Amino acid sequence: MKQLTFDVVVIGGGHAGCEAAHAAARMGARTALVTLKRSGIGVMSCNPAIGGLGKGHLVREIDAMDGVMGRIADKAGIQFRLLNRRKGPAVQGPRTQADRKIYRTEMLTEMESTKNLDIVEGEVIDLLMESDRITGVLLEDGQRISCRSLVLTTGTFLRGVIHIGDVSRPGGRMGDNPSVRLAERIDSFELPMGRLKTGTPPRIDGSTIDWSILQSQPGDEDPVVFSFMNSKPFARQISCGITHTNAQTHDIIRENLERSAMYGGHIDGVGPRYCPSIEDKVVRFAEKTSHQIFLEPEGLDDTTIYPNGISTSLPAEVQEAYVHSIEGLTQAKIVQPGYAIEYDYVDPRALDLRLSVKGLTGFFLAGQINGTTGYEEAAAQGLVAGLNAARHAFDAEPVLFSRSDSYIGVMIDDLTSRGVTEPYRMFTSRAEFRLSLRADNADQRLTPKAIDLGCVGAERTAVFGNKMERLIAGRSLLQSKSYTSNDLKKLGLPASQDGARRTGLQILAYPDVNCDALATSDPEIAEIQADIRAQLERDALYANYVDRQQRDVNALKNDEAMKIPSDFDFRKIEGLSNELKSKLLKTGPGNLAQAGRVEGMTPAALTLILAKLRQEQRARSA
Amino acid sequence: MDTIYALATAQGKSGVAIVRVSGPQAWDAGLSLAGSLPEPRRAGVRRLTGADGGYLDEALVLCFPENQSFTGEQVVEFQLHGSVAVVRSVLTALSTLPGLRSAEPGEFTRRALENGRLDLTQVEGLADLIEAETEAQRRQALRVLSGDLGKRVSDWRRDLIRAASLLEAVLDFADEDVPVDVTPEVLQLLGDVGQALDKELAGFSGAERIRSGFEVAIVGAPNVGKSTLLNALAGREAAITSDVAGTTRDVIEVRMDLGGLAVTVLDTAGLRDTEDKVEAIGVSRARQRSAAADLRVFLIGEGEELDMVVEPDDLVLMSKADLRSDGQGISGTTGQGLDRLISEIQQRLSAKASQASLVTRERHRLALIEGRNALIIASDVVADGPDRYDIAAEEIRVAIRRLSALIGAVDVENLLDEIFASFCLGK
Repeated sequence: MKQLTFDVVVIGGGHAGCEAAHAAARMGARTALVTLKRSGIGVMSCNPAIGGLGKGHLVREIDAMDGVMGRIADKAGIQFRLLNRRKGPAVQGPRTQADRKIYRTEMLTEMESTKNLDIVEGEVIDLLMESDRITGVLLEDGQRISCRSLVLTTGTFLRGVIHIGDVSRPGGRMGDNPSVRLAERIDSFELPMGRLKTGTPPRIDGSTIDWSILQSQPGDEDPVVFSFMNSKPFARQISCGITHTNAQTHDIIRENLERSAMYGGHIDGVGPRYCPSIEDKVVRFAEKTSHQIFLEPEGLDDTTIYPNGISTSLPAEVQEAYVHSIEGLTQAKIVQPGYAIEYDYVDPRALDLRLSVKGLTGFFLAGQINGTTGYEEAAAQGLVAGLNAARHAFDAEPVLFSRSDSYIGVMIDDLTSRGVTEPYRMFTSRAEFRLSLRADNADQRLTPKAIDLGCVGAERTAVFGNKMERLIAGRSLLQSKSYTSNDLKKLGLPASQDGARRTGLQILAYPDVNCDALATSDPEIAEIQADIRAQLERDALYANYVDRQQRDVNALKNDEAMKIPSDFDFRKIEGLSNELKSKLLKTGPGNLAQAGRVEGMTPAALTLILAKLRQEQRARSA
Repeated sequence: MDTIYALATAQGKSGVAIVRVSGPQAWDAGLSLAGSLPEPRRAGVRRLTGADGGYLDEALVLCFPENQSFTGEQVVEFQLHGSVAVVRSVLTALSTLPGLRSAEPGEFTRRALENGRLDLTQVEGLADLIEAETEAQRRQALRVLSGDLGKRVSDWRRDLIRAASLLEAVLDFADEDVPVDVTPEVLQLLGDVGQALDKELAGFSGAERIRSGFEVAIVGAPNVGKSTLLNALAGREAAITSDVAGTTRDVIEVRMDLGGLAVTVLDTAGLRDTEDKVEAIGVSRARQRSAAADLRVFLIGEGEELDMVVEPDDLVLMSKADLRSDGQGISGTTGQGLDRLISEIQQRLSAKASQASLVTRERHRLALIEGRNALIIASDVVADGPDRYDIAAEEIRVAIRRLSALIGAVDVENLLDEIFASFCLGK
């Protein structure tokens, strides 16, 4: 049998897998992406959209690290909208409807043309190991691939069960078969597991929808794209439709509730509260007589429509009945019924901050298998796992993200220290430093780190360098300008109360003041380019708050830097309550900051842990 | 780095109380209170005054430069006359200085550790101290929460979570079925909490709240001799008593000074199962209050058994020694065993790091002030409307953090729970 050798093997070609493989390859690791079939690479199995609030931030951060998701989403984007456009930049999230086919083909092209990256078609049926170290994978055809690091990104394949009404069958997403032997191998690690569920709506043939009577939702006139390398969309832009459920729809659903897989007792996994099925909506919010549905086209030359808002596990004929009760959909043809899927996930507290399984060597998990939901969350984990898989293969230091530098850091920290109780989705409210972790400054936050790591191409390095040069020049220009109260009055700007002089940057921190106001009387400021002006305004708007948070950021960084070795024995610390000890043992915090967030932790107890860590460090170095 | 301060000695009417200040502004703080500082590492007597020029105390002041102090930072120590009032006034004066805040339990130790000033072999010994401090804080918090204040505090928490979650719902679910403007409700909630904080602050200096010191509960079955014992304790020359009516009609509190320690002895309702509703409430309060006390003295009559958890420091005594056949135990009537009881109580309480309750109270007062100020700022920004909710949410976050010593930590999960309970979300 042929024997292949790689530094990194990634199993799965979804969003986590693509990002992981690409990241490892960018780091210079010889990487294999093993997937059942080439055509499955970059498939969007759920709704045809990328980004949103919190999620858009993740995509920008992936892009800032020179990842793929942002660039591919720009290629495939057919309706860009910047959510919260009127609000502050910290809570603005770029989002787009994506053409499935373009996304898939562009992703495949990207993967195929990436240096150091090979795509291997095949089914992994087992892992090769030497004691607790991963040494490779075994394919169904008998081929062995050896590697130093393995990233598993197999989504919902662990005991995945699909439910349509009272009919259920094993399966990953629609059309895929779960691999039993690989699942058994993973079981043998005895990782803590949980069960989750998620649902999809029926897909509708768009040519059978009466669009003429429906409200239409166009994209932004001035589209904001994802990648820092792009400035405008590539594909033709289209609109989505909006319709609503009504009393009749709700009656049909209510009458058939016991036939729903979720309500008929066929499913015991926990579903996401932010993505309830239409059954859930009708039951839990019985007083609401109508729910909004977005009719999202799946592509430019694809008539399939994704009706966002009516995911369900009712039997197919009930789905048909309730869909037909909805305005504009009375004649609609369902091309694929909605279904619910339940699956096992690995409690992510079993992972360290690299997303590597504790207690095993060279084994990384990323994506939905870790209890998350969403393409963006999956891709961001793929990035982290891919970078670290490469670093591990080279025996180099880990690449870690902090809650203070990125949403990626927030997510990894949340997952590994708190686990999940429902499919984990990013929200901007999860980031305590939200005002500084913005979609617009993801490059300023992360690209320098990525360049240091060596995972950024020459083109982006040049573009970023140029932007930073202009940004720094603009900033120091505004910093050097000073204005008296009189100057400001003349410009029609709010004058300072205390009569003190203000720099240009300080003036930009006022709400509703922009560079234009200063540029009218100052040719130097007028020369600052539009993109830099906008960035300076966004940075200045929050400057006071960012300064105020700096102390918290520093404290957090100190605590994060205080690593807790995985073999650190909390039981040995005298003075900690047994309750606290058992929580620490269960969570296995990777650093002092994580330990500080364990429920019931007090500053005093944390001091004790720190003392013990210091003691051990000293003993080790002695 | 913040400059932190705390009472470093056990509280009560000890001869000397030491207040320690550590951090980059420690000497500035010393100057501000003492007018001038003695040479480093040399003691000097100074007259301490507050920011308003009011006299605080005549104190021995010591200052230590960076790298030559316990914490490795600039340190000032005030050796004060050991009265609760003096200590309180000095802590309050320090709290008003910019950049200063009261230390968390164990924080001095932590700084010492981080600056490499602590021999790690000493750490084992500190563990006990830290544990005791933490335990005392926990009890104090329990005490606050089980009282009338507890009910108000949980209202504030509920209202602030609601206010924050309304803003977050608008921000995080912008393209879903949520209201676009929640300004009126949020302003109402913030205003309500703000007013309540004002009211609380106004009453904070009231005499009934200055109940510092330890709580010792006398617990036992009805008619086991609890009240007789209390009277005996109170009537002794060693104890100065003043009756303070209990906030509840069935827990009697007597404040006394036991060998230099400020102690409030609680006489609780006799524990028994009862059909009588009013008595049952009394019994349940007795259990609550005694669980929150620093120390419990259990009285057991002949042939009785305990049905409460006895913690390591608790005292379990046979009651009515004068009536017992074997003559063992304690008697409030004859005074048998009283001296021993007092010295046992004293010994146990001294071992607990006792500044906690005073510090906690001071922390609560500061939390009220800072929380109220933060709420005023937050309300101002909220009033600007939805376009500035990003800033408004940040200000509410700050307000909640300032109040966390009272209302407990509020996490994003608390907000998400409220959001998903209130709005039908999900496309």
